[in-house]
Amino acid sequence: MNILVCISQVPDTTTKVKFTDNNTRLDTTGIQWVINPWDELSLTRALELKDDASSGVAKVSVALVGPVSTEPTIRKALAIGADDAYRVDTEALDAYQVAAQLAEVVKAGSFDIILCGIESSDYNGSNVGGMLAEFLNYPSVSGISHLEVQDGQVQVNREIDGGREMLVLPTPFVGIVQKGIAREPRIAAMRGIMMARKKTIQLVDAARVEPLTRTLAYEPPQPRPACKFIDPDNPEQLIALLQNEAKVI
Amino acid sequence: MSVLVYTENWNGSFKKLSFELASYAARLAEMLNTNPIAVSIGQVGRDELEKLSKYGIKKTITIEHDGLTQFDTQTYTRVIADLANSQSAKAIVLSNNNTGKSLAPRLSVRLKAAVASGVGQLPEQLSPFVVKKRAFSGNAQAGLELKTEMKIITLAQNSFELVEKPVDMVIEKAEADLSGIIPKATVKDVEIQTGKLLLSDAEIVVSGGRGMKSPDNWAPIEELAGLLNGATACSRPVSDEGWRPHEEHTGQTGKIIAPNLYVAIGISGATQHLAGISASKYIVAINNDKDAPIFEAAQYGIVGDASRVLPRLVEALKKAKSA
Repeated sequence: MNILVCISQVPDTTTKVKFTDNNTRLDTTGIQWVINPWDELSLTRALELKDDASSGVAKVSVALVGPVSTEPTIRKALAIGADDAYRVDTEALDAYQVAAQLAEVVKAGSFDIILCGIESSDYNGSNVGGMLAEFLNYPSVSGISHLEVQDGQVQVNREIDGGREMLVLPTPFVGIVQKGIAREPRIAAMRGIMMARKKTIQLVDAARVEPLTRTLAYEPPQPRPACKFIDPDNPEQLIALLQNEAKVI
Repeated sequence: MSVLVYTENWNGSFKKLSFELASYAARLAEMLNTNPIAVSIGQVGRDELEKLSKYGIKKTITIEHDGLTQFDTQTYTRVIADLANSQSAKAIVLSNNNTGKSLAPRLSVRLKAAVASGVGQLPEQLSPFVVKKRAFSGNAQAGLELKTEMKIITLAQNSFELVEKPVDMVIEKAEADLSGIIPKATVKDVEIQTGKLLLSDAEIVVSGGRGMKSPDNWAPIEELAGLLNGATACSRPVSDEGWRPHEEHTGQTGKIIAPNLYVAIGISGATQHLAGISASKYIVAINNDKDAPIFEAAQYGIVGDASRVLPRLVEALKKAKSA
């Protein structure tokens, strides 16, 4: 059984984002790029399954849609333990383009489980996984917080209103992953970093797909007014403010 | 022509988000000079369905089918896509929750319709169609142009005010064509905590962080939440430590919420936490470090130790409620 983890690179989550070119583009100066947090957790879980001989998972690959500048991020995934990687050589403009490219990678390969993070922490679209599944006509389950594979049998938990649902799934399928799938992301060890240099990143030509959307401009959120401090010995004042000023209780 | 809105119900009652979606769809339909049509899948009584008319919905299509009792994304996508085509939808509106997030991208590919997700406002302009959406985990808004004829919008929860606009509504029963569809997932087990307010539906959320020092100190948080009819939440270290369940984790990698009031107790307010709560209308912070970043996001703050401040706040609230 083979797992493909779709990854993207995002600014480190502590980055103070700034924009350039009349606020139409992210200012990438000084940005530290990392694997999107949910993709990283998906990869960690895939590798945990591969380490467990009873799972039947033989190989873990990663795929990324992006220009050559994204290769350090792919190397990071290989250093953590992915066996090989695919990079579709194009700068995609929206989720539709990304998913269409990933669909070609999946069709050309032989994967049983395809994992995508529930969203990327930069564009917050939550679209690539579901779009990929529809392009492939595969079933998809969104909001997966647990993934178990035993002798090729796949079981997932997904969050539903007020609780969780445990599902048994046939392969192939697209799993759209949220927090909980793995505890801590795996960190690359020196040996992994050395080995990653020898692993292959297969270059894939981009398919011709037009984007469906275009980002016109970004704007920072409205600044919040300064905090009103209340004497800890006078919580009555806080209650009065919430009742009469904010009118929320 | 129509604006199609996918409503969600829970045990036969509409979730509050369904009325927010209805309000949004009614306004959008007005802008597009067309009619808002609601879709309701599953058993919902007539009185409950009628509630949609209060928010400007002129037609509701209900579908009941044995093949739809289990939520299967492929099956639901097909049903909604078929309706979008038969009702000549110019736009489809869904919630930006797990359900909406699983359907919108599939519908997008199936109908070749552009998606804007995490939207909180009506479009800024119609040609080209530009709508603002959340980006960079709440650190920016993006103006997004949707270039296709049909548009899909997922609405951020609790971001759009309910707009009461009573109209006459017709209810139509529709058949779903599920031929050739075999749901592939089998449900093995379901765990539901009944009687608990859903975090995503809560208008008031009381949340604890590492400053609570121990899972044994959560009683006043639960009491405060109870007094305010709110839900409880927590920060990431708290759920990572196993003090509270993962479902309560709010923040960038946890739940992203937008209640009317968020009370952060013993939470320092790391960027990642703020990403999950910054859309809250009011934030109250209680923290013993006056320089904690949470006070930059909060409108009201108390500098003090939670173990000292909380019991007093609970007492004061009890008094205020009985007054």
